Amino acid sequence: MTIRIALRNLLHDRVRLAVTLTGVVFAVVLIAVQGGLFVGFTQATTCVIDNTEAEIWVASRGVRNFDVTHPLPPRKFHQILGVPGVGRAERVIVRFANWKKPAGGRESVEVVGFDPGSGLARPWNVPAGAMAALKLPDTVAVDALYLEKLGIAGGKGVGEAVEIGDRRARVVALTSGIRSFTTSPYVFASYENALRYTGMEDGQCTYVLVRPAPGVAVEALRDAIRRNVRDVDVFTREEFAGKTRHYWMFTTGAGMALLIAASLGLVVGGVVVAQTLYATTMDHLAEFGTLRAMGAPGGYIHRIIVIQAVAAALVGYGCGIVVSFFLVDLAARGGASIVLPPVLAVGLFFLTVVMCVTAGLVSIRKVTTIDPAMVFRGA
Amino acid sequence: MTAGETLLEAKGVAKTFTLGKVEVPALRGVDVSVRGGEVCLLMGPSGSGKTTLLSILGCILSPSAGSVSVMGRDTAGLPERELAKVRLAHIGFIFQSYNLFPTLRAVENVQVALDLRGVSGTDARDRALAALASVGLADKADVLPRDLSGGQKQRVAIARALVAEPAVILADEPTAALDSETGRAVIALVRELAVTRGSSVVIVTHDPRIADFADRVVRIEDGRIVANGEKTP
Ligand SMILES: Nc1ncnc2c1ncn2[C@@H]1O[C@H](COP(=O)(O)OP(=O)(O)OP(=O)(O)O)[C@@H](O)[C@H]1O
Ligand SMILES: [Mg+2]
Repeated sequence: MTIRIALRNLLHDRVRLAVTLTGVVFAVVLIAVQGGLFVGFTQATTCVIDNTEAEIWVASRGVRNFDVTHPLPPRKFHQILGVPGVGRAERVIVRFANWKKPAGGRESVEVVGFDPGSGLARPWNVPAGAMAALKLPDTVAVDALYLEKLGIAGGKGVGEAVEIGDRRARVVALTSGIRSFTTSPYVFASYENALRYTGMEDGQCTYVLVRPAPGVAVEALRDAIRRNVRDVDVFTREEFAGKTRHYWMFTTGAGMALLIAASLGLVVGGVVVAQTLYATTMDHLAEFGTLRAMGAPGGYIHRIIVIQAVAAALVGYGCGIVVSFFLVDLAARGGASIVLPPVLAVGLFFLTVVMCVTAGLVSIRKVTTIDPAMVFRGA
Repeated sequence: MTAGETLLEAKGVAKTFTLGKVEVPALRGVDVSVRGGEVCLLMGPSGSGKTTLLSILGCILSPSAGSVSVMGRDTAGLPERELAKVRLAHIGFIFQSYNLFPTLRAVENVQVALDLRGVSGTDARDRALAALASVGLADKADVLPRDLSGGQKQRVAIARALVAEPAVILADEPTAALDSETGRAVIALVRELAVTRGSSVVIVTHDPRIADFADRVVRIEDGRIVANGEKTP
C-alpha cells in the first residue's frame, strides 16, 4: 500500500514528475558523460603503456609522464642489457614531431618508435601483415581515426607520402581505435625511422623496455636495475601507467575539471530532485497528517517518501543511462573518447538512488514535524 | 468491547495554547467519560473548546493538565510514538472534510487503515469491500474520491474509521459539509455500525437535529462542561 500511495503521489502531478525525472536524467547524463570522459581520458593517457608486453620501463631520471621526458644516452641501454636477470631489452622512442600534410599545413604528432621485429612495444590493432611493412625505411602507421586530421583522408590513408620532421615518410599501415588523449595523434614507426623523424642521435631512446629472463621476478629485476644503472628511473608497467595517469589527471587539472563537472551534475540534479520531491510531499501534506492522526508509525510515512525517491531514481536512471550510452556512441564516432564501463554504470545507479533518497530526506524532515492535530483544523 | 464499560475517560483536562506571549485557555478542567455502545454528542458555541477536547480524547493533542485514559490505559506523559500506537490500536477518526486520499480509490482508502495495522493483500481488500458494503457503497469501490458526492465520501471515511473495529470513534463535525438529510443518514449509519459493536462514539456537532441519535449530549462553553446528559436542542 505504501508503494501504491507513493507512486500515485508521484503520478498525481505529471508536470512535477516530469521535472523530477528531468532532474535525475540531467544528473545521470552529466555524471556519466563527465565520468566517462574521465575514464576515457585516463585510459587514453596510458594506452601505449598498457598495451606493451614489457613488464619494466626504464626512463631518464625525473620522468613525470609517458609523453614528455628527456632522452636516455646510448650507453644506458647497454648497461641495462648487462644487468643480471634481464631477458630482453628494447629501445623505444616517444617524442612529439611535426607532420607535414601532403596538401600543405602542419600537425603535431607523437611518434612512437619501436622494434617491429620483436614488438615489446608494438602498435596493437594493426593487421599482422602490415607490421612487416614497418621494417622498411621511411614507413609509418597511423590510426584510421586521424586520417582527416593528418590530411590523408582522400587516398584512404595507406600509400600516402608525407613528411615528418622534414623527413620523407609513407603510410603503410592503419591501426584502429588507438586514440591519443592529446591533440597529437600517435604515429608508429620502427626505432630506426623514428630516430630520424624525431631528430634524436643514433643509439638514443626515450625508454628502455625490459622483460625479465624466465624465473626472474619483475620487482626483483626492477630493483636490480635501480641498483646497477645510475641516473634512470625504473618502474613496473603498472607503476609507470599509474604515474602517468596521476600526472595528467591531477597535476594538470584536466582530471579535476572533469570530476568537478561530474560532481556539479550530482549537486544540481540532487537539488532539483529535492525541490520537486519536497513539493510533491507538501502537496500531500494533508494526507500525511491524516496518516499521523490515524496512528501511522513514523516508518510508514518515511517509507512512502523513500519509495517516491527510489521510483524517481529508477525511472530517471533508466532514461538517463540510455541517453548516456547514446551520447557515448555519438562521441565515439566523433573521435572523442567517453568510456562508460559497467562498473561506472552500476556505480552511477547506486549514486542516483543515494542522491534521490538524500533529496527525499528533506521531505522526511518536513513530515516528522507535522502536528497530527492539524487534521481537525480543516487543513 | 463490552457495552457499558467506560472505554474513554478524561479527568480534569485543561489545555492552554500559547500564542506568542498570549495564553489562550481552551479547556479549563473537563471531566467526561464515555461507555461502550454509547453515542455522545459534544455541542457548544464556536471557540468553546470542542475540537480541542476531541483532539485530547483522541490522543493527538496532549493536555496541559489532567489525564485521558483509553481502554483503561492512562496516556498521560506518553511520548508521541506511544500515543500513535494507542490511536492505531483503539481509535477511529472521522473528519469534517473527510480527509480521503485523493489518489486512492474508495476501497484503497479503506485498505489504508488495515495496512497501517499490518493487514494487507486480498484479506485487506475483502475486509475493505465488506466495510464499504456496510456503508452502502459496494458499487463504488473502485471510484476515486473526486467522483463521489459529499455524503458518499463521508461514508467511505466512516468505512475507513470502522474497518479495523476500533473501540472508540471520534468525529469532528462530520455532517457540517453535508445537507441535513444526508447528515442524518450518515450519523444514523455511524450509530448503527458502532453501537452494535459496542464502540464508544463521540461526535462534535452544531446540528441540533442530530441529537436524536445520541445517548447523551455534553454541552461545553468557554472550556467548561455546562451540561451533561440532557438532550435539549
Ligand atoms: N493550535 C491552537 N493554537 C492556539 N489557539 C488555539 C489552537 N487551537 C484552538 N485554539 C483556541 O482554543 C479555543 C478553542 O478552540 P476549538 O477549536 O477547540 O473550538 P471549537 O469549539 O472546536 O470551535 P468551532 O466550533 O469553531 O470548531 C479557541 O479560542 C481557539 O482559538
Ligand atoms: Mg472545532
